[in-house]
Amino acid sequence: MGVEGIGARVARKEDKRFLTGKGRYTDDMVVPGMKYACFVRSPHAHAKIRSIDVSAAKAMPGVIDVLDGKQLQADGIGNLICGWMVHSKDGSPMKMGAWRPLAHETVRYVGDAIAIVVADSSGEARDAAEAVEIDYEELPAVTEALSALEGGAPQLHPEAPGNLIFDWQIGDPEATDRAIASAAHVTEIELVNNRLSPNPMEPRATLGIYDEAEDHYTCYTTSQNPHVARLVMSAFYNVAPENKLRVIAPDVGGGFGSKIYIYPEEIVCLWASRKTGVPVKWTSDRTEAFLTDAHGRDHVSKVKMAFDADNRVIALKVDTVANLGAYMSLFSSAVPTYLYATLLSGQYAIPAIHANVRTVYTNTVPVDAYRGAGRPEATYLLERTMETAARELGVSPAELRRKNFIRTFPYQTPVIMNYDAGDYEASLDAAMQAADWAGFDSRRASAAARGKKRGIGMSCYIEACGIAPSAAVGSLGAGVGLWESAEVRVNAVGTIEVLTGSHSHGQGHETTFAQLVAGRLGVPIDSINIVHGDTDKVQMGMGTYGSRSGAVGMSAVVKALDKVEAKAKKIAAHLMEADEQDIVIENGELKIAGTDKTVPWFQVALAAYTAHNLPVGMEPGLKETAFYDPSNFTFPAGCYIAEVEVDPETGKTEIVQFVAADDFGNIINPMIVEGQVHGGLAQGIGQALLENVHYDPDTGQLLTASFMDYAMPRADDLPSFTLSHQNTPCPGNPLGIKGCGEAGAIGSPPALINAITDAIGHNRLTMPATPMKVWQALQPAL
Amino acid sequence: MYATSYHRASSVEDAVRLRGTSDESKYLSGGMTLISTMKQRLASPSDLIDLRHIPGLKGVSVEGRRVTIGAGTPHAEVATSQAIRAVCPAICNLAGHIGDPHVRHMGTIGGSIANNDPAADYPAGLLGLGATVVTDRRSIVADDFFTGLFETALEEGEIVTAVTFEAPEKAGYAKFNNPASRFAMTGVFVAKTAGGVRVAVTGAGSDGVFRHPGFEQALQSNWSPDALVSIAVDASGMMADMHADADYRANLVKVMAKRAVLAAA
Repeated sequence: MGVEGIGARVARKEDKRFLTGKGRYTDDMVVPGMKYACFVRSPHAHAKIRSIDVSAAKAMPGVIDVLDGKQLQADGIGNLICGWMVHSKDGSPMKMGAWRPLAHETVRYVGDAIAIVVADSSGEARDAAEAVEIDYEELPAVTEALSALEGGAPQLHPEAPGNLIFDWQIGDPEATDRAIASAAHVTEIELVNNRLSPNPMEPRATLGIYDEAEDHYTCYTTSQNPHVARLVMSAFYNVAPENKLRVIAPDVGGGFGSKIYIYPEEIVCLWASRKTGVPVKWTSDRTEAFLTDAHGRDHVSKVKMAFDADNRVIALKVDTVANLGAYMSLFSSAVPTYLYATLLSGQYAIPAIHANVRTVYTNTVPVDAYRGAGRPEATYLLERTMETAARELGVSPAELRRKNFIRTFPYQTPVIMNYDAGDYEASLDAAMQAADWAGFDSRRASAAARGKKRGIGMSCYIEACGIAPSAAVGSLGAGVGLWESAEVRVNAVGTIEVLTGSHSHGQGHETTFAQLVAGRLGVPIDSINIVHGDTDKVQMGMGTYGSRSGAVGMSAVVKALDKVEAKAKKIAAHLMEADEQDIVIENGELKIAGTDKTVPWFQVALAAYTAHNLPVGMEPGLKETAFYDPSNFTFPAGCYIAEVEVDPETGKTEIVQFVAADDFGNIINPMIVEGQVHGGLAQGIGQALLENVHYDPDTGQLLTASFMDYAMPRADDLPSFTLSHQNTPCPGNPLGIKGCGEAGAIGSPPALINAITDAIGHNRLTMPATPMKVWQALQPAL
Repeated sequence: MYATSYHRASSVEDAVRLRGTSDESKYLSGGMTLISTMKQRLASPSDLIDLRHIPGLKGVSVEGRRVTIGAGTPHAEVATSQAIRAVCPAICNLAGHIGDPHVRHMGTIGGSIANNDPAADYPAGLLGLGATVVTDRRSIVADDFFTGLFETALEEGEIVTAVTFEAPEKAGYAKFNNPASRFAMTGVFVAKTAGGVRVAVTGAGSDGVFRHPGFEQALQSNWSPDALVSIAVDASGMMADMHADADYRANLVKVMAKRAVLAAA
């Protein structure tokens, strides 16, 4: 079944409903008696709450109730938690400040939730929210990580003196310092990884339904991992025990990480439904999304990269300060540590690495994983440093990288990761050839004749996907295991339902997971349904993030299919009076190998359910479950090349070509993979050229709270991309998949900034490289 | 958005009458700014009186070189008017680059100039062309019409009915977009009119759209981008925000002026 199986460019099964407006998103859900919520949010970045008066709001038209954090706390609803324990280098645990779903003592960022208004209409809820009277004692605010570490900075949490959450390290500091001291050359650079807002197309929403008769809760929510949401809400927030709480994440319009986390709104709407006796729906507006969705990145780093006389990297030393915002979000501690510093070896054999990471509270919305989550920060740091080193050493940036590539696998880095497979030179060569690297000088000359400054830059990224062996992440502090589950249910007529703990919010699982089954069994893709996103249907799962659905989720489906296939072969052998070892599955039939004797797939399924004639002792039915726990991360890698022209009069950068050469291992659906790369590149280009979260450093007000000021990439900001794929199959999972969802966002920012700094002739440029900043960089230094 | 009542006026007289029925009403003519402002709850008119469907305010006419554009004419209609393009392509090009297709089919010239957003395109076009704004009460020349940020010479309740101008010998418009909003971070309209060269700048001035006399004199004697090279643009009167500081905007004023002259050919 080459046309529908693995490797085929199958059109996405889910697109008809999305493109015709027939998707069913959380905000589309309507249940009898449903009412609407509006959250009262802090207008201040930092303040004590002296009093909250809801009496006027309660008297407003249409208002059912107004509830605040004291009531929430009195009902035993717990604080939000960070689910990954990280210890400082002195052995002390991270300093987790209290994050109340509804603040009633102190607010710590603009948008911090204080109360919920439930009313007959959304408009009435909003009107009443404005009538809630809160007496604040304003406190000084701090928004930038380095400022928050200074003596005298405003203090956010009593648990975290100096706003320091943890001071963590990885690698060997002594060996690294010794190597730097002995180096022939040391490249030093300071880098800022700019703060980003995730901006999925669908804003967050939730519908909380309490059924008093059954004492049962249902939560519709925009989640990337409904089972984790249920687990956390049950185990930590005390909303309801798991058997009394059903979480449904229906169609979800993009997440990029921001919908991994449990936010206050889900918890509060469920609780409010019980308090008011009506289903309560809340839907974020876009400014609320800017204010309250977890942001990404926001690192400041100092780097030293040491070379011997032969231009081999002998050591890397990194000192990073990461801004985690006002509270620790669900996986916030893991992003700047185990998802970041463990990738600092890049594609290079670096014998000594040491990274120190300090994480800091500020009066900004919490920061957590955003497409790439730590790996973009590591890649930007390494690839900007490598490019700078090549310029300082006077060698070709390609040759410097080539000289330092890891070439034998498996390769144990000094920072935990053990790379299983790769061919970095193959991607480098493919990218350079596609970009006509050799012909750049003449293109630069012709651009100069047109008054433009042309530059070229590359980035050789590696990342880690398919998180991960549960025991390994557990030993590093994760509060959950990171396996995946699958259930393959063959119906009596041979059609198939695959239940998966992975969650699709744009990735196309309904197509790719079905391709796997169609190819394996030789049945039509339309006879296969993929079921996900409902804790009542799928028993347990860990959800989708970190490009894990293929490597982990599909591997679980493979394991379940193995069991289904084994049982089906037993039945077929029985029906055909053959040995089960001789049965093969071809084109939707079970066949005695080397003969023309067959039994169709549907007949085997029917036999399993009629159970009139099964092998002695066999249970009826054809349904199998599997859990898959990976043995390692997977390691996608590649080489990106950006070529730009800068208009020196305006500072505007035009991307004249962008080449991506990626090794994702085996590919299920090339069209979907290309779409993932395109989307990732758009986000990476957004970070490099356009996007930046801007808080006023004095007041803590978010100045980029709408698309009027937050510059999202648009179609005409992007070039046509030139893509290619290299393939070293992942040896760690049955399909040889590595993952492709984040690579574009990981690899592209340094390629672009390397190209622009090549064009302007110096390195004094931070992301985003807006026209003003590039123009300023081109003015004579004062 | 706060609750509001929508009225569709059938004539200018009807609009004036409707407005008289409430103290808190506002005219609506496309709503490209007002509706967004209302969504953010920064404006709360009790009544919206929509002027966009008044037959007498719609459409364009060109008689000789005299161009008249009804106040309720959407940008897309100006952008694609062959009659206007034949005598003044610059204003078609300006209209064709306002916002995006949705904005160009909803937003109107009357709504744009009555709002006088400091980053809107039409104010530069009208001031550069030396156009006249016609209202239900009088005619106002562009030099008198635009009086400051979001400020115009319009009196309380006065309705713009049309914009009219004599097509210039040459004209051109060049703008540099704000990377986020795509409003003009600086836009410069240059025109060689019967009354002399006019240069109008939007998106840059801290007091809204303005003329640049230095550029006008230089182009009067030499209609060429080179004529502008040595003329300084004072950064002190420029807007400054996170996207563009005053020095950068002053630079853009000159660069866009040169490109506008080139566009005028």
